Amino acid sequence: MLLKKLTEAHGVSGNEKEVRNIIIEELKDYVDDIQIDRIGNVIVYKKGEIDTPRLMLAAHMDEVGLMITKIEDSGLLRFTCVGGIDQRILVSKPVLVGNKKINGVIGAKPFHLQKKSEWKKALDYKELYIDIGVSSKEEAEKLVKPGEYVSFSSNYTEFGDNLIKAKSLDDRVGCSILIDILKTKRKLSIYGVFTVMEEIGLVGAGPAAYRIEPDIGIVLEGTICSDVSGTEKHLQATELGKGPAISVMDRTTIFNQKLRSHLIEIANKNNIPYQLRKTTFGGNDSGKIHLSKAGSITATLSVPCRYIHSPISVMNKNDYTNTEKLLNLFIEDLEKGGFYSEL
Amino acid sequence: MQAIELLKLLCESSGVSGYEENVSNLIANAFKDLTDEVTRDKLGNVIAVKKGDCGSSNIKIMLAAHMDEIGLMVTDIDENGFIKFSTIGGIDPRTLLAQEVIVHGRKDLFGVIGAKPPHLQDESERENAIKVEDLAIDVGFSKAQLEELVEIGNIVTIKRDFIKLQGNYVSGKALDDRAGVVTMFECAKELKYLKHYSDVYFVSTVQEEVGVRGAITSTYKINPDIGIAIDVGFGATPEIPKEYALDMGKGPGITIGGNIHPKLREKLTEIAKEYNIPHQFEIDPGPTGTDARAIQITRCGIPTLLISLPLRYMHTSIETINLEDIKSSAKLLARFISSITQDNLEGLLCY
Repeated sequence: MLLKKLTEAHGVSGNEKEVRNIIIEELKDYVDDIQIDRIGNVIVYKKGEIDTPRLMLAAHMDEVGLMITKIEDSGLLRFTCVGGIDQRILVSKPVLVGNKKINGVIGAKPFHLQKKSEWKKALDYKELYIDIGVSSKEEAEKLVKPGEYVSFSSNYTEFGDNLIKAKSLDDRVGCSILIDILKTKRKLSIYGVFTVMEEIGLVGAGPAAYRIEPDIGIVLEGTICSDVSGTEKHLQATELGKGPAISVMDRTTIFNQKLRSHLIEIANKNNIPYQLRKTTFGGNDSGKIHLSKAGSITATLSVPCRYIHSPISVMNKNDYTNTEKLLNLFIEDLEKGGFYSEL
Repeated sequence: MQAIELLKLLCESSGVSGYEENVSNLIANAFKDLTDEVTRDKLGNVIAVKKGDCGSSNIKIMLAAHMDEIGLMVTDIDENGFIKFSTIGGIDPRTLLAQEVIVHGRKDLFGVIGAKPPHLQDESERENAIKVEDLAIDVGFSKAQLEELVEIGNIVTIKRDFIKLQGNYVSGKALDDRAGVVTMFECAKELKYLKHYSDVYFVSTVQEEVGVRGAITSTYKINPDIGIAIDVGFGATPEIPKEYALDMGKGPGITIGGNIHPKLREKLTEIAKEYNIPHQFEIDPGPTGTDARAIQITRCGIPTLLISLPLRYMHTSIETINLEDIKSSAKLLARFISSITQDNLEGLLCY
């Protein structure tokens, strides 16, 4: 299954090669052109019969993770975080170190030796380290170097009522939907962009948009879902199983109101559940895309993900299907001259 | 079966204190071919006996390692289908966030432990540890669906695949004290090739983590001449003062302190030296928090030993151990057992 393959691949920001290769392998027989640009973005062109509007669909390949900073004399590895990680999730987890994917674990001081006051404080990542099972710096140096990337170790698992648990659903879920879309034959030409380093500051999207000059940019994301108990309803950014989340505003974009209304109209007309992303927290590639060159109209469609940026993020398969459905209908509508010609 | 295979099998099975049935079946099965008889007592302890070479007047040596593990218990299902829980045994709540679990309901359900997302917490909250009451298990069902599947009191096991690290290091949950059980298993293998005058009782105990309970009843029943507990000790990591820690891969820690019979301990150390078996010492003057404590004060008192396998990150889901320490501990125990005879026992036990 594609989403399993994508989420179990490693692609911490700046080290997206494995994900890139899966995407290229998946798409090479379905599209007209695949290019890797100078910073590692995958830019796919699927030619149709009509070229207006220029439509760019984007999903980021990278995921949050860790990077080795130092090897201690004991052979234990110190690390720093790549992208936004709640450091409280790190303790008592297995990780995979470097491109050789060496097994490692992030431990903690035994419960028995702690003062009660210690449990009350979150562990700073600077106090933590990765243990790969070597006894000295020399042994460790044969396997690992400072600067190597570390990713969570977490298997794709289906569970509950139609749910999936995996790491890096943000944004392999977007990559997976984009791959599906690009495999389908259509009338409208489409640029599909798989960007690098979104998690460390929307790095890849700007140069990609500069190259493509889209009229319309749609960003496909996995987004925060805070529908867990103890969160007041109005603070729940999105809810699982309630359909694609359509963004209104975040820290990087005030999304085009007409495009948003149009997407909602399509959803309503076709009985596709949707929700508005009820927070302005966070940002995504749209921030760079809509400001590139003379600007473009953008929207973000997201699959809600509980426990995002952790090894156990959770999504609903129906949200995936409905996001893809809505995007497909939107493209079909563009092909019939909808939305863009009415602007 | 190889030690590592059994260890993987045991660590990946479930056996939270009081609910050891699953893991105990695997253990009973493993000891069947190596011992003369495998029985269970009313609490669920698995007792495997390997008879000595001396007929009916044999000395009785009891080895004990606990097979239970720390875990969780369902206390409530909230209106959104999230499962609230309490802990069984000593758990640092900080190690629970973002763990995978198995909820043992009407059927086994996969779940994850989550909390309120960090962006909805203020800065100071994020610097504080998450409390158990703020965590919830998400099994992906609604409250209505869960009513058919889960009830209050159901047991929850932390889910963790056994991982091979570099060299002889392995990591997983419940190595405390399934590594001790595997040490007994390896000891039973060693004893196939050694003459021993004692009947050896390999006891996989229940409910150690909640108060060394299985050792109380099993020791009473067996009434051994010598009791030896095999548990885990704190393996050296940067945040533990050196004097409290055991070095990894340098053999078992032979415990010294009031819980331990001094002359037997000297004998154990002599044996280690004689056979060149790596070993170190663990200093614990008070009653240890292990099965050795329960054994020592059973009936009229039992001469007791304790050896500790160096283990890092105790009571987390990624406890780490060096397999060489299991091997050297097994060898040390087998050589010690083999050295005990009717002729020397009384002298060794005499104060």
